[in-house]
Amino acid sequence: MSGILSPEFLSALISGMVLAGMPLLLAGLGETIGEQAGVLGLGMEGYMLFAAYAGFNGALYGGSPWLGLLAGLIAGLAAALLVAILCVWLRLDQVVVGIGLILLGEGLTSVLHAVQFGDTSPRLPSVPGLAIPGLSRLPVVGDSVFSQPVIFWLGIVLILVVHLLLRSTRWGLKVRAAGDRPEALDAAGVGVTRTRFFAVLVSGALAGLGGAYLSVVSSGFFWPFMTNGAGFMAIVLAMLGRGRPVWVGVGAFLFGACVSMATALQLVGVDVPTDAVFMLPFLAVMTALVAFARRSYLPAALGVPYRREGS
Amino acid sequence: MNGAVSDSAAGASPAPAWSKPRRGLAAVRVLIRITVPVMAGLILGAVILALLGRNPWTFYSDLFRAGLISHQGWQAMLTRLAPLLLMSAGYVVAFRAGLWNIGGDGQFLLAAAFVAGLSPTLVAGLPRPLALLLLGLLGMAVGGVWTLLPSYLKAWFGVNEIITTVMMSFIGMNLAALLIKEAWRTESVMVPQTDAVPLDQLLPRLGGTTIHAGIIVAGVVVLAVWYVLRYTATGLRLTVLGASPAAARHAGLPVRRLIVGAFFASGALVGLGAALEILGVWGYMRADWNPKFGLALFALVFLARLDPLGAAPLATFYAVLDIGGHEAARTASLDSDFILVLVGLILLCLAAWQVLRLPAGERLTWWRCLGDRLRLRDTP
Repeated sequence: MSGILSPEFLSALISGMVLAGMPLLLAGLGETIGEQAGVLGLGMEGYMLFAAYAGFNGALYGGSPWLGLLAGLIAGLAAALLVAILCVWLRLDQVVVGIGLILLGEGLTSVLHAVQFGDTSPRLPSVPGLAIPGLSRLPVVGDSVFSQPVIFWLGIVLILVVHLLLRSTRWGLKVRAAGDRPEALDAAGVGVTRTRFFAVLVSGALAGLGGAYLSVVSSGFFWPFMTNGAGFMAIVLAMLGRGRPVWVGVGAFLFGACVSMATALQLVGVDVPTDAVFMLPFLAVMTALVAFARRSYLPAALGVPYRREGS
Repeated sequence: MNGAVSDSAAGASPAPAWSKPRRGLAAVRVLIRITVPVMAGLILGAVILALLGRNPWTFYSDLFRAGLISHQGWQAMLTRLAPLLLMSAGYVVAFRAGLWNIGGDGQFLLAAAFVAGLSPTLVAGLPRPLALLLLGLLGMAVGGVWTLLPSYLKAWFGVNEIITTVMMSFIGMNLAALLIKEAWRTESVMVPQTDAVPLDQLLPRLGGTTIHAGIIVAGVVVLAVWYVLRYTATGLRLTVLGASPAAARHAGLPVRRLIVGAFFASGALVGLGAALEILGVWGYMRADWNPKFGLALFALVFLARLDPLGAAPLATFYAVLDIGGHEAARTASLDSDFILVLVGLILLCLAAWQVLRLPAGERLTWWRCLGDRLRLRDTP
């Protein structure tokens, strides 16, 4: 246990935290936008799996991680388009459609992966990092934080972008109204359906980016069920973040730290059963919920399809 | 059974169970409502099969032969049905109270692990009926206890139970594997699993078949749940709570106690299903065993929004898909996860079919609605 605060341990913990936290951050930001607009994106796990698969293929055949991320973004967008049509436009039940999408995502990607690759499991080359001059030579954080690929920094900027989008633009105001008081938004002459429709698309695109990050940047390959609950954790992050992207970011990296704890501990020779380690992030979520139960907040009209009075 | 499908449009909370369509056409309507979307889902599945270069006709005939028609098939299907019936009854109880218990998989696996882990000791030390009874109760207790935290958070703080049950489900699944590896691991084989109890010391078979007595237990319990929900004061209280929590509070119902109780019953029924599966089919449990019934069955049962009796045909259909699908996928050299694709497609079709059942006023002008919706306008 003596090495627990050694630079190697901390460095492994932090870089693992970033690798595991980024997909959660991106998906959590997406979910935040969807939830603020009043649509519960239960199918997040499905978006991410489709995107992880598409991203892996994009990067493998396109030869560039950027193409992979783009493919993931498009896959997330396509899945979200389906959800937007079914849940927002046709007002179908969001929970059932969400579960349907999760099962489709799990099943299709697993079957396609088996048909396409069989027993060969190709790997992607690791994504080159961008060493920030000066800072990347710092101990501990130099290797783990300041040598991350460009997309990491884009993700960090996205926190700010989503924050400004929700708080300081007309569109953000509409989105929040669509989630909290759709009838007021309607009375103001803004289409609730339209607002929610585009919010779901944005949320899918961000989740797609998160899914692609998982396969293209974090792991370098795709395997069935690889999200392993990340989509659900993103939903919790959005719930605990109460529509504030900064808190979603903080939460994402905290959960990321839980996930990366295992490898970091093994590095210094502490052996923990893997099942116990897999439990950690979910235990952390439950603890957070018990501790902050009073403060978790969801928009009033979340999950309720909008119908005008008297219909 | 008639009028089991409620007539209200898809909403966020389960519809009140008392809204029944007229008796005469109801049976036909229910049949159409289930059959048409299921067929549509299977056809979409056939398209995917064709795209993958598999013959859809062979796949589906294999599926129904292996899951329903062949001698082994219907027996395997009825054996699989026992836990599915209990799980769907568990879901119905929670739905009735307006609660979403999505964490069925975790409750199921954890209960199964406890039953499998403790059955060698109990079966060796006690007369068989007593041991089986205790193990069944153990499964129920574990499944029920695993819902306590979500129901506490829901009843006292209003925390969304969809999320908390899913989180508990992941914890439960990993805890089950951990317990099997660390506490109850057998020394007789290399794979992490519990000590096996010979099946002839557990649940008896029915007649000359391979079906175990669990299906009878499941049938009786489903009938009992149906009776309680339909004819007792408790059932009415849960229905009121599910229809309108505010009304339940105004009527002076003990809302918190009802939430905790309904959730516990839901988990306990899931846990009993797990106990029957272990005691009737396996006799042991492997650490990586996860049949993943939970999500698919949850959504199927919800879509029908039936009473526990009416959920039976859907659970049966799922059993056919699950049993036959593995066989058909193996023959077509596809991954057995293709069953998930089929269930997902059928779910989306079942959900989409509801949109065609618009309320009476809207039905006359559906083309106008469609026009408005195409322009993304809010149709009144």
